[in-house]
Formats: sequence, C-alpha cells, structure tokens
Amino acid sequence: MIAYIVKRLGLALLVALAVSALAFFLIRLSGDVATAIAGEGARQEDLDIIRQTYGLDRPLVVQYLSWLWQTLRGDFGTSIYFKTDVSSLVLAKLPVTLLLGLTSLLFALVISIPLGVLAAVYSNSWIDRLALGVAVVGQALPNFFFALCLVMLFSITLRWLPVSGSSTWLHFVMPTIALGYYVAPAFMRLIRAGMIEVLSADYIRTARAKGLPARTVIFKHALRNAVVPVVALTAVQLGFLLGGSVVIETIFALDGLGYLAYQSITYKDFPVMQVIVLLLSVIYVLLTLASDIANAWLDPRIRVA
Amino acid sequence: MKMMRWTALAGLAATAFTATAALTPALAGKADDTIRMAYDQAPESVDPFFNNVRIGVIIGQHVWDTLVYRDPNTGEYKGQLATAWRQVDDRTIEFDLRQGVKFHNGEEFDADDVVYTLNFISKPENKVVTQQNVNWIEKAEKVDKYKVRVITKKVFPAAIEYLAGPVVIHPNEYYEKVGPKGQNEKPVGSGPYMVSNYVPGKSITLVKNPNYFKDSPKPQPKISKIEIRFIPDRQTQMAEALSGGVDLIMSVPKDQAEQLQQVPTLQIVSGETMRIVFMQMNTLDNTPAPALKDERVRKAIIHAIDRQAMVKEIVGAGSRVLNTICFPAQFGCTDEGAARYTYDPALSKKLLAEAGYPNGLDLDIVAYRERNQTEAMIGYLKAVGIRTNLRFLQYAAMRDVITSGKAMLTHQTWGSFSVNDVSAATPNYFAFTAEDITHDAEVRDLLLKGNSSVDPQVRKDAYKQALKIIADKAYAVPLYSLPVYYAANAELNFKAYPDEMPRFWEMTWK
Repeated sequence: MIAYIVKRLGLALLVALAVSALAFFLIRLSGDVATAIAGEGARQEDLDIIRQTYGLDRPLVVQYLSWLWQTLRGDFGTSIYFKTDVSSLVLAKLPVTLLLGLTSLLFALVISIPLGVLAAVYSNSWIDRLALGVAVVGQALPNFFFALCLVMLFSITLRWLPVSGSSTWLHFVMPTIALGYYVAPAFMRLIRAGMIEVLSADYIRTARAKGLPARTVIFKHALRNAVVPVVALTAVQLGFLLGGSVVIETIFALDGLGYLAYQSITYKDFPVMQVIVLLLSVIYVLLTLASDIANAWLDPRIRVA
Repeated sequence: MKMMRWTALAGLAATAFTATAALTPALAGKADDTIRMAYDQAPESVDPFFNNVRIGVIIGQHVWDTLVYRDPNTGEYKGQLATAWRQVDDRTIEFDLRQGVKFHNGEEFDADDVVYTLNFISKPENKVVTQQNVNWIEKAEKVDKYKVRVITKKVFPAAIEYLAGPVVIHPNEYYEKVGPKGQNEKPVGSGPYMVSNYVPGKSITLVKNPNYFKDSPKPQPKISKIEIRFIPDRQTQMAEALSGGVDLIMSVPKDQAEQLQQVPTLQIVSGETMRIVFMQMNTLDNTPAPALKDERVRKAIIHAIDRQAMVKEIVGAGSRVLNTICFPAQFGCTDEGAARYTYDPALSKKLLAEAGYPNGLDLDIVAYRERNQTEAMIGYLKAVGIRTNLRFLQYAAMRDVITSGKAMLTHQTWGSFSVNDVSAATPNYFAFTAEDITHDAEVRDLLLKGNSSVDPQVRKDAYKQALKIIADKAYAVPLYSLPVYYAANAELNFKAYPDEMPRFWEMTWK
C-alpha cells in the first residue's frame, strides 16, 4: 500500500509540473507579454523598461526555470497587474471558490441521488426516461448558456435574485445551480446503475422477504452500497467544479479564484496565472490521488495492477 | 407510493426555499441616492499614474483635481487648482495656485504638492505606466507658497491640455509617506468624490466630498454615492441593467443598445467619442504586400468602402465619416484641402486594373475589435476583387504583427488618451514610430514641426500639410469616429461626452 501511494504521489508531482510548464509556454505563445502589460499606444522605450523590470528579455526556458525555483522555495512573486503578492491575492479569493465548489457539489448530490434512485426503482418507466432527459440536458447544455437562462428567469423576469456579485448568500444561488447541474448527470447515472445492480442482489430479496418497508430497503440497504463508487467520483468531479468555476465566476462576477484566473489571462498577469494553474492542478491531482487510494483500499485488486 | 410522496415534499421544500429569495428585491438607485455602475475592466491601480484603462481615468477625475480644467461643452480652459497661468518662455509656464483647498485627509493644498507630484511622475525610475502623459515634463519649481513654474523638456504646446487631463495633483506629505502603493490602497485626492471602499478587481465606492471647494469649475457633486463594480461579462452587465441592479453601463454594442431602447426603466444615450477608426496599409520597403506600394491600389481600397453606409448601418448614432487621420475637434485636425474619396466600386475596379490587377488580389487584414465592422470592410473589398484573409487577434498580438512590419492591411482604432491635440494622434502612426508602416519623411518632418512649435498658426499649418499628404497619397483609409452607447437608469440626468467620461459630479435624479 505504501509503495503504491509513493508511486502515485511521484506521478502526481510530475503531472503538476507538466501542467505548469505547459501553461507557462502557452501564455507566452499568445502574444508579447510586455505589449499586453503596456497597453495601447505604448512606445518602444516603455516596452524595454517593462521587459527589463519583469525579466522578459531572458530566454523563455531561463524564465521558466527561475520561476520554478522561486516557487519551490515558496516565493510566488508579485502580480504584474494588481501589484500585490500573488500568494495573498490567491488566498483572499480561494474561500469564495471553495464555497462555490462545495455548494455546487452539494446541489449536484441533492438532485442526483433522488433522481438516480427513482430511475433505478422505476427503471425503464417514464420516470427513468425523465431522469435520463434531465441528465442529458445537463450534460449537453453549455453551463454559460444555462447560467444566462437562469439570469433571464430569476433576475430579469421574476426579479428574485441579484444578477452578479458575491456579497450575500443570495448571490451564490444561481452560480451553484449552474455549476452543480453540470456535474449532476454523472452522479445520477452512476447511482442508477449501482442501484439496479444492488436491488437485484440476494440480500435485498431477503430484506423484502422479511417484510421491511420499501423505504427502508431502498435507502438503508440498497443506497448505502450503491453510493460507494460515488465517493470516488466526487473527488474527480470536485476538480471539474473548480475548473468550471472560471466561466461561472466570470459570468456572475463572483470574486473568486476563477474570476481572478480570467482577469489574469486578460491582463497577461502571468505570475498570478501560473500560481492559479499550479494550485488547481495540484488540487486536482491530489483529489484524483485520494480517490485512487480510496479505491485501492476498497478493492485490493487495484493495488497490484 | 410513499416514496413518491416524499419526493413531492422535497420538491415543495425546494420551491419554498427559492421563494424566500424573493424577499430581497433589486435596489433602485434613486431610492438610496446611489449610482451603481458596472464596468468590464478593473484598473490595476487607482492611482491615475499607474493604470491605463478608461475606468482609471474616470475614477481619477472624480477623486483628484488637475491644475487646469477643460470645459467639455465649450473646450475652454479654466483654472481649477490653478487660478491663472502665463507662458514665461518657450519651455516655462508659471501658475498661480488656488488658496484654501484641502485634500480629503485635511492636508492643505499648496505649491509643494504640485512640485512634488510633477517631479515624482517625470522621473522614469518611478515607472509611471502611461509615460506619454508625463515624459514631456522636465521639472517643477516652487516660486512661493502659491506659485509654481513648470518646465518642459522641449517646446511642448500641448502642456496645458495634459495638465487639464491625465496629470492630477497628489498631496505631497501623504504621497511621500505611502507612495503609489498606499495611494492605491487608500486613495487621497482633492476631488469632488472620495474613495470610501475599494476591493481590487471587485468594486470601488465613492462618496460625495462635502468640503469640495466652492470655486471649482467642476460643479458641486449632488448624488451622494457612486458604486462601481467590475463585471467582465457583457451579458451579465446587460442583465444587471435590465433587472435594475445597476444604473449605468457603457460601451454597449449597437444592436444590444437598440434592444435595450424598448425597456421603460432605461434610457439609451449615444454620443461620438474621440476614438477614430482607420485602415493602415503597409508601404514599407519590406512590405509583405508590394501591391500596396502602388498609389492606385491604395486609392482603389478607399473607393471600395462605403463609409457612409457603414456609419449608418453598423457603427451607429454619433459616428461621422472622417477624411483625415485625426479627430476633428483636436487642435490642428482638419480635412481642408485634403483629397476626398467617394464610394465608387467601378472606379475602384478600374484603378486596380490600371495597376495591373484586373483579376483582383489577395491581402491579409489584422483586426482586434469591432469584428462586425472588419467583416463589412472585407465584404466591400471582395466586391471589387480584393480577397482578404482576416487575422483577428488580441491587441498585443496585433501590435506585434504591425511593429514587425508583417501586416498588410490593419483595422486600427485610436483614442488619443482623450487628449484634444493632434500631437496625441497622427504622429503615433506617421512619425516613424514603431507603428508607422508608411515611413514618409516629409510627413514625419511636418508632424514633428507641428509638435514642437509654440506658435499655434505654425502648428496648424504644419499639421494641415501633413494630413493633406497622407490623404492625397492615400497612405491610410480614414474611416469614421466611434460612438459609445450608454444604458442608464431612466431617472438619471445623464449626458455623454466625446472623451467617454461620465461626469458623476454633474448628474442628478429626475
């Protein structure tokens, strides 16, 4: 088990490194950073000053390695755009994104568990097909479009919810729905499949034969077993949620990490972008690792593979 | 069956939960005397010398004051922090300063503030972001407590224009203590509004300055609070305006503005801006499109585009067709005597045939904004046989293409930093600067002559000649000025100005 974890941990580190390098070179390919910082109408001397100040006149590989070296020592640099240190900037925005990630996950589970269970209990009935429909729409609808539909309905027509911002809990309602709905289908289908399998198991037949009420059989006996693979999936989906928050936070102007990522791309604020990409990839890699370990712990066959 | 009932209950509960949200309605601005504005970009710093976005200029003009004020209605210069000024010699202007003005922190305004600010920003090592706004200043000297002299590096006739625009005055004691970083975190100026709350990248709140000096040419502020939120997504901004969440958004695209016109709670205001649109044509020695070196080809391109129709159908109200590469209200800008080109596709085809391209030609065009306008131009060019390949890029990437001499045609726009003088416009593209892809020495010499004389008539004549050569030789396609559309709360008295500056200090509720 320990050897397995060490092996996975090493792999995880390599993935995070590769992602950071890729992000670094992609930003540079998308146009001259100095021009982007200087803005419209900058003169050659302005660009030269900027290149010197930020060390942009050095070879790209040298720039990357020096960034990597500083990062490994815990120095995340200063934001070019906001002129404050990246670590405090990122830390200040992290709670909003984590909160959004967790509420969305919760929302996804709240709609997918009942629907998944219903679809399994009444499999191949109209309820099942309705649940399938909900899942397909959630998967197929781009979340920015869904978000705008929500805004149209709840903010413009009904005037129930504020359109954008992050000052009260009301501001989180639409982003949570938009983001959570996007990841719900995967849970729903997994629960449905698990439930169908479990419901045909012998011990369920026994439970029913004992005369237990249907509710107890479904929720106490069946669901508990069917929900195990969902735990592993949760980790991966949480990673999706963090990535998806870039779009959703930008639409709803939620002041979180995703919005900061969008801003730093727009302003070519590469020290901030680098750290966000690194942080998100580390979180994602750790979540996947956690789910791998959980799976290995649950199923010894995986460990030797 | 029990199962079904349980689910129905859960559904009901969820509905009730959502319904409670209805208890907080969107706030209308008039009720709490607050103008809520949304803007798509956040400034990198609130200190006006350390950002280069429009919202930074807007905040700057509300929180700080300048020595001189340009009346946006008459164009007349009036004393703001200065009361009078005189040209002492070619490079020196002397200012008498206003007495009794106080900064938001109580610090008294005097010559030390002016001297400290100007000397600080003029030093390149202090890294002011918009160098062109300050690099003409050599130094400022104190004569007495309420008199200063400003010395320019070279003869610089546009000095008063800059001192009435981007060059604001900081409180010297505070600025010396906290620097640009502190001025960003806790901004202190002397303007009609004070910063009460600022969250970088998110929002800034301004409150009325109750002690704003009575003699200021800026009217006394009436509305007590201005809340500016940074919302990057245009659709979200529209939704906020529709739902009453914000009272003002700007730069609304024409088609969306027309839709918003139907909304009774909003008013759509449009006005011309100083931003001009033009097409550059690369005639450098190493141009990737040698055809453009032929004057007939360049004239064919101008004749091919129906600018009048574009203004009417695509660009929108407030825009006008231009004949020279500058904004008409700028000092020195004129189209008098300059060649004019009508929309004439037949003539365009004839010119192309004469130049040896009876079957048309293939060109690249680079663009970075208002893509629908680029596409309209591509359509016009195609109609006369010029097939263009569009490269739509980020501004930075497009500038790289141009400055490296690899562009053929460009769809350019230029806002002159709202500086009302040709020196801030035409020379940027025709005085052998990085973005000059024409390189005509005669044009350059005339522009530089216009930039460096103190005699207004000499300046006007020089610019006029330069603009005439550019037009006669068809070095670029002058297109039109861009309008800006604002969507504002219908209850707000709001007026648009060419410098794209909403003036909160003169706004009132109806």
